[in-house]
Amino acid sequence: MDVPGILTRSVDDAVVILNALAGHDPKDSTTVFEPFKPCALPDVASIKGLKIGIPQEYHAPGLSSDMKDSWQHVADIVENAGATVKRVSLPHTALSIVCYHVLCACEVASNMARYDGLEYGHRAKDESSTESLYAASRHEAFNNVVRGRILAGNYFLLKQNYDRYYVQAQRVRRLISQDFWNTFRSGIDILLTPTVLGDAPSYRWFSKADNRTRTQEQDVFTQPANMAGIPAISLPVALSSNGLPLGLQLLGQPFKEQQLLTAAKAIEQLVNFRALDFDKLLYCD
Amino acid sequence: MVSFFDASLPGTLPVLNRRCVEAGILTALALQCRLNLVSMFDRKHYFYADLPAGYQITQQRCPLAKDGHVEYLAPDEDHRKLVLKRARLTQLQLEQDSGKSLHDVEMSHSLIDLNRAGIGLMEIITEPEFCSAVEAASFVRELQLILQVIGVCDGKMEEGSLRVDASVSVRRPSEPLGIRSEIKNLNSIRHLMRSIEFETLRQISILESGGQVLNETRAYDVETGETVSMRDKERLHDYRFMAEPNLPPLRLYTNDTVPNGVPSDQIINVDELRAMLPELPNAKRERLKKQYGLSVEHSNVFVNEPTLLECFEKIVANQNLQNVKIASNICINEVLAAVNKKNIAFSASNLSAESVGELVELVQDEVISLLTLRKILEVLLQDSSKLPKQVIEERGWHQVSNETALENICCQVIAANPKVVDDYRDGKTKVFNYLIGEVQKKLSGQSNVKAVVRIMKQKLDT
Repeated sequence: MDVPGILTRSVDDAVVILNALAGHDPKDSTTVFEPFKPCALPDVASIKGLKIGIPQEYHAPGLSSDMKDSWQHVADIVENAGATVKRVSLPHTALSIVCYHVLCACEVASNMARYDGLEYGHRAKDESSTESLYAASRHEAFNNVVRGRILAGNYFLLKQNYDRYYVQAQRVRRLISQDFWNTFRSGIDILLTPTVLGDAPSYRWFSKADNRTRTQEQDVFTQPANMAGIPAISLPVALSSNGLPLGLQLLGQPFKEQQLLTAAKAIEQLVNFRALDFDKLLYCD
Repeated sequence: MVSFFDASLPGTLPVLNRRCVEAGILTALALQCRLNLVSMFDRKHYFYADLPAGYQITQQRCPLAKDGHVEYLAPDEDHRKLVLKRARLTQLQLEQDSGKSLHDVEMSHSLIDLNRAGIGLMEIITEPEFCSAVEAASFVRELQLILQVIGVCDGKMEEGSLRVDASVSVRRPSEPLGIRSEIKNLNSIRHLMRSIEFETLRQISILESGGQVLNETRAYDVETGETVSMRDKERLHDYRFMAEPNLPPLRLYTNDTVPNGVPSDQIINVDELRAMLPELPNAKRERLKKQYGLSVEHSNVFVNEPTLLECFEKIVANQNLQNVKIASNICINEVLAAVNKKNIAFSASNLSAESVGELVELVQDEVISLLTLRKILEVLLQDSSKLPKQVIEERGWHQVSNETALENICCQVIAANPKVVDDYRDGKTKVFNYLIGEVQKKLSGQSNVKAVVRIMKQKLDT
């Protein structure tokens, strides 16, 4: 789950960064040995002939009507452009976020264990014992969201809980992964889903509930890709009724970034989203 | 030198050290373990200043190898003979070492040395089957020897190359195993033995006074010879084991399963490693016993002294020896004893196989006595440029075998010791050795003892 994310203003730029990052890294044991063939996208990308899947379980509770409409709209556009659009089912979708919360908390608890203030980072003043130094440093420098995840993760990893939480979550993770495999094996090339429930919520609204609740609501569509280990890309397609961008997500097959990014560029060109011209905004009189 | 990874700097990731994996495999093969062709890595979490990441990468779920056994020699119950015992192993796993902490109590400071952090370790766990401190020590010695012979570890406990944690429990015969305590970080065989002996008695005295042994970690205090509890409060450690997400499963291959298309520096072939194993100590002992008719004790000594063995084998091969026994006796009882007395290793003594071979020949042909041999060795250890025959010439140390000369001396000794002679003739046969000793004295130890004994007996009995 601790993977890099690339943020750019166009699909082409994302390709540039991906080509620089991808490939074998002898200092990263999770990278594959096979040589990476850099992605090369055509100037005009085509979606013709691709089989696009629309997973029915992604009609999640809280999905805004704007987002629903955009999703439908883009599905129609790509169909008109020569893609085959098909409804598919990823039956374990609803379990994905819960599974993610357990595994993510475990990883956070583990990965954050190194922040003790001894080698680097914040070091508290309480030196009455090693333990109190650790506790103070970590309490002061982690906010309550991170502390909550660490405590939850350590709880899940306790010997008496390990099977019920960590191992069970790994089993569920396999089911989620299998949903994607089965779908791709049945002939679907790429899946098209919303990225989040709607447009960007206001901070006031977001703060009405705790972070855990909000992430459970909002991360439903994006963490399945982490669970399954497949590539995904999100791109803006339309403006909401509030005038804010709405994004759709494309999920592709492992090691088929070329296909995924071509489809993304094709959609980018088809929707012709009117991105903000920052230079014009910043420097105009 | 502390690498970024070993200091747990964020953004660093683990990479397996190939040589460590190979060493683990060679050891598993030498110890007759069952290799897991696919093994996994896990994180063992605990907070301690010498563990920068807050976890240690180890193999808990599925280690590199399981089972296995070691055959080793240990003194039998009467401490007379060496008998062959077998220790069964539980598993062998690869893991990271932690750093070292030094506590400065005065300044209330702890100093953390991360030089050792992240170094590859091999942990070998034995079944709880040792019945005494000397058994445990004998096993560790054999393990040291095996590790040295296969070239994976120099086994130097004092330097920290090999560390032993001893789990000790007591019980009455046919009862289940008692609660165990663990004595950590023993860094010499002597400490291992002493600490086990102390701990055994400590536990027995607790149980006999109606108490209970605590399942705890203890350290061995070298000054007092006692074990002391390491934990100031009773705490249950939950290590929260979790799969190490940054290391994929370790896959090993055999000749039949090596895949195509994977670069060879990413493949570890167990069959290739197995072919590299040299002759192991116990196999060597058996071979020496069979090949040369050596005793258990002598074959054991030779296995522990590889350069001396080399010398012995050269001598036996090159010379027309009727009696291999003379050669092994001289090598072990005389040569090795002499260098041990001077506290040097045989390999450091500069004694050549040629020299030692000459000595064996001279004794076999009864040209010199053992007493003379020892004198010659003294000289050779000071000045190894000479050969024994040279030394004999220069010092005039030929053994006197001339019958007439020996007869004369015997007569002299008999004449000078009438009371002793009477005692002998009265039946006190022990005094015979005194008379022989007197002859030796007169000849400065250079007499042919066998001949002297024969002549003396003749004279006394007539």
